[in-house]
Amino acid sequence: MAVEQPLTSPAGDQTRIHDIGYRGYDGPRLGRAYARRSLYSQSLRGAYGLGRSAKSKVLPMLLFAVMCVPAAIMVAVAVATKAHELPVAYTRYAIMMQAVISLYVAAQAPQSVSRDLRFKTVPLYFSRPIETADYVRAKFASLASAIFILTAAPLLVMYVGALLSKLGFAHQTKQFAEGLVSVALLSLLFAGIGLVIAAVTPRRGFGIAAVIAVMIISYGAVSTLQAIADVQNHSGVIPWIGLFSPVTLIDGVQSAFLGATARNPGAVDPSTAQGVVYVLVVLALIAGSYGLLVRRYKKVGL
Amino acid sequence: MYDPTVARLTYRALLGRRRALILGALPLLLIVLSVAVRGLTGADDQTAADVLGGFAIATMVPIIGVIAGTGAIGPEIDDGSVVYLLSKPLKRPTIIFTKLIVAIAVTMVFSAVPTLIAGLILNGNGQQIAVAYTVAALVSSIAYSALFLLLGTVSRHAVVFGLVYALVWEALFGSLVPGARTLSVQQWSLAVAHKIAGGDLVTSEVGLTTATVLLVAVTVLATWYAGQKLRTLKLAGEE
Repeated sequence: MAVEQPLTSPAGDQTRIHDIGYRGYDGPRLGRAYARRSLYSQSLRGAYGLGRSAKSKVLPMLLFAVMCVPAAIMVAVAVATKAHELPVAYTRYAIMMQAVISLYVAAQAPQSVSRDLRFKTVPLYFSRPIETADYVRAKFASLASAIFILTAAPLLVMYVGALLSKLGFAHQTKQFAEGLVSVALLSLLFAGIGLVIAAVTPRRGFGIAAVIAVMIISYGAVSTLQAIADVQNHSGVIPWIGLFSPVTLIDGVQSAFLGATARNPGAVDPSTAQGVVYVLVVLALIAGSYGLLVRRYKKVGL
Repeated sequence: MYDPTVARLTYRALLGRRRALILGALPLLLIVLSVAVRGLTGADDQTAADVLGGFAIATMVPIIGVIAGTGAIGPEIDDGSVVYLLSKPLKRPTIIFTKLIVAIAVTMVFSAVPTLIAGLILNGNGQQIAVAYTVAALVSSIAYSALFLLLGTVSRHAVVFGLVYALVWEALFGSLVPGARTLSVQQWSLAVAHKIAGGDLVTSEVGLTTATVLLVAVTVLATWYAGQKLRTLKLAGEE
């Protein structure tokens, strides 16, 4: 049983803690916002392998190149044939390349959060002046920005190419803006889904497989069902089926409100009411994944 | 060549905890899908072939193969606990062979069985479609497991590369470049399925002889090379 010691030692007692010369820190305290910004920029750099080993740059850069090269080819074709319109609409591009985007999310979402869990570095983050919500926001924002860079860069290539070949400034700008809104939504949605799945498991490989399963399998299942509904002349249900996979969700939103043509079999555009449902589902998913992440990190590693 | 202890450990690593959930979710989705399709369209041979060929063989089997094949050895190499296994007096090829058997068994159970059930739900095995696709799933399970087990020993990013092969090479390139289809496990197994179904519902790009030779060659070579790779395995730090 330890006896409580009085704080002031009695007179004549020579025991004391030696001052061995450690100095206190009296420089500027950069605070919570700075820590959050640093975490954001480091995670964003990490999502493209910058500041990491050469091996981890290979995959993100490769996928980035795979995203941009077809856009460049399309611009070249449009210029060479003196077309009045780009061969593929801005809004359609991301849907066309959905497999590449899904792979990128699957590879980088676990990279962003799983290793912090596995090596138990999360408590170290929280020993800094950041809170759970800051960590989640920084990771969410960085992955969403990374996906936005991946999806917006080819659109920018197409836009610049279109302007250089004088395809009508106002028309192209409007379509480009619509495309940007669509990929921004897509980035938020994909980042949310990817992070929620990746944050559950400390195993990177398992996280990758789970994200891919959700993204690609749901898209495969939804497309199969839509194709069958189209063949069987149940065109009415096609937009409703589209609610069940991330890619078709974005497709539905943009074909209802952003002037795109739906990519589903039979090319059935959702009605305005269905479009509202699509937007609500997308927003609910983004908010829900943020909520789930905050809940997940409330109790992690502590 | 087969070590029961290694097998037991691998089964536990593959099916323990949440891994079994994702392995079980895909077959469940296939069965739900086929119930829905049967409800929407009734029994139809073409639809059954579309669902089984497009979803089961093209998407589900490769993904389960990736999870089981790389999961049999990848995590152990990744977290370094493979040294405890390698330091036991076991031949490295024995370890690979045992893990391969386990991976094949898991892939078969989680892909071929649901394919058969889905086929029976979709059209009650009309024109042998369910059996044909089940055999395709069984055959491709073997090749995929061997291939992805090799990937697991070669690379730390085995899951990503496995998925890139399964989704980008087989699905995307396969639909654009006809030549890519000759070098695809999926097409080889479809060649076997074609032989069983007989009709025009199950088609493949390659002949049966080529397919069989390539299947056997890929499986044997991948297993052999994985064994060699494990003999000279270097344990590196994380990135």
